[in-house]
Amino acid sequence: MLADKDRIFTNLYGQHDWRLEAARQRGAWDNTKALIERGHDAIINEMKKSGLRGRGGAGFPTGLKWSFMPKQSDGRPSYLVVNADESEPGTCKDRDIMRHDPHLLIEGCLVASFAMRAHACYIYVRGEFRREYKIVEAAIEEAYAAGLIGKNACGSGWDFDCYVHHGAGAYICGEETALIESLEGKKGMPRLKPPFPANVGLYGCPTTVNNVESIAVAPTILRRGAEWFSSFGRPNNAGTKVFCISGHVNRPCNVEEAMSIPLRELIEKHAGGVRGGWDNLLAVIPGGSSVPLLPKAICDTVLMDFDALRDVQSGLGTAGVVVMDKSTDVIAAIARLSRFYKHESCGQCTPCREGTGWIWRVMERLVRGEADPSEIDLLFEVTKQVEGHTICALGDAAAWPIQGLIRHFRPVIEERIRTKRGTAKPMAAE
Amino acid sequence: MSLRRLHPQQPKHFAWTADNALWADRQIAKYPPGRQASAVVPLLWRAQEQNGGHVTEPMIALIAQQLGLSRIRVLEIATFYTMFNLKPVGQHLIQVCTTTPCMLRGSADVVAACKKHIHPNPETVSADGKMSWMEVECLGACVNAPLVQVEDDYYEDLDGPKTEALIEALRKGQRPKPGPQGINRLNSAPEGGALTLTGKE
Repeated sequence: MLADKDRIFTNLYGQHDWRLEAARQRGAWDNTKALIERGHDAIINEMKKSGLRGRGGAGFPTGLKWSFMPKQSDGRPSYLVVNADESEPGTCKDRDIMRHDPHLLIEGCLVASFAMRAHACYIYVRGEFRREYKIVEAAIEEAYAAGLIGKNACGSGWDFDCYVHHGAGAYICGEETALIESLEGKKGMPRLKPPFPANVGLYGCPTTVNNVESIAVAPTILRRGAEWFSSFGRPNNAGTKVFCISGHVNRPCNVEEAMSIPLRELIEKHAGGVRGGWDNLLAVIPGGSSVPLLPKAICDTVLMDFDALRDVQSGLGTAGVVVMDKSTDVIAAIARLSRFYKHESCGQCTPCREGTGWIWRVMERLVRGEADPSEIDLLFEVTKQVEGHTICALGDAAAWPIQGLIRHFRPVIEERIRTKRGTAKPMAAE
Repeated sequence: MSLRRLHPQQPKHFAWTADNALWADRQIAKYPPGRQASAVVPLLWRAQEQNGGHVTEPMIALIAQQLGLSRIRVLEIATFYTMFNLKPVGQHLIQVCTTTPCMLRGSADVVAACKKHIHPNPETVSADGKMSWMEVECLGACVNAPLVQVEDDYYEDLDGPKTEALIEALRKGQRPKPGPQGINRLNSAPEGGALTLTGKE
């Protein structure tokens, strides 16, 4: 188990005060000036060396992303935008960072902005997180009053402004270009890439969008060193990570653990185990609603990191672990996700706008068994038609859970159709 | 996507309170010159709050004028973002999360309590005008499922009876403490006390 001394978010549960004085006692804002004095490129190189991969779902190397920002300005300012639009079902880590450790986030904003030669940062908080918004806003005010941000931030000579902005309930705004559109005051509809935000982003200026957790861990990585961070987890999957364990476990919780921890150990050590014991496990969605679920046989041994989960045709995503025990109607559980994606599709691309609704309607029939067995293949085929044919990844995210369901639980779907038609095969014992 | 339209009955007028007018100016100042459109969501949100929970046509007109936008640009924001209510809501709006993590832990019981004690139909104000409820998608507090949002607050770790008690308290004008309800846990820590960050090393 990860030792407490190696945990970055030492106030994850809000046992202590979030305010500046208490945050400083926990190590936030400790000689930030010295971090900045290392220089733009040294910070980016250290982040690259640490092996940190983005914590928002896609897992893109953070240091590399920062290095795409222009080193010479052509007259346009550069921006950092922090994606705090946390809405992936199963995920609730950024909320804890914002409400309990906001100063780690704001210090991260300064350091990251400096590394990318940005003088301004916007933190985009989802509309529902009203309390969290107010805490981040108050923490920013504290940081300004203490001279940590603003003109000559931390006495470093770098001018830095940080603003908090909020949305109003749209999952799609977690997609980076939709978030930029929303921040510009438009509907959150994703943009075609290229141009990438590092060239043309917020207000047409070079912009990097990073997840809250990716930014909030940066100062600690710089202080303790890339080697310390990369000592956790397997190669290419470095670091510590906040996991959210929800669903049918005895004690659902958030916990910061080392990457590559076995899924079973994560659930049993931290969340009190599966309700009714490990053998009562049916399936786990390991990384938020967008990744395919895994049946128990895979959960027995799989490690929680990007590569291990990719190898079993799923993904680490946001590390939102949703556990389902044997009492679960797994078709209904996935159908509910289809309803979610249908609700959240922005409607810009036809395959997603029409496909998510179609998928949901078929899924609802499969829940009741009112379908022809051939429709299972048709459904799979349609998800393949949606996947990869939309501007953003919401179409993929709507398709993958269905594909996972069919891949692993096809007999359950077929059985339900047979039962509904009254043609269920008699059990051997009957 | 869902079809969302403004309510057929609209008031004639909307004006900021003096405090909110100042607040709106401060919001606009967050964004670079010429980029005041960025403030549209925060301004509409504050206007909705001032109006008791829903967005109206005069509000859209005022904000469009204030930000130098055409009305359609503000209307499309109001209809795109689902936290903007387009018809009147109760004094308290109970937003019940029913997405899969909440569903697995019994959000159906929470919905049933709302149907029984507020109104059989969602988005319909109760007879006493005090409450309405609606289903919403993932509120982002899945380890504390099931939960509801009431105005700014999350009430977590609910079940049917706890939801009934919450509704009853709100109806009486009380404001129970937000966060986990009737369970021994601190925020997102496991029930019975944190196993990490205990300071015991």
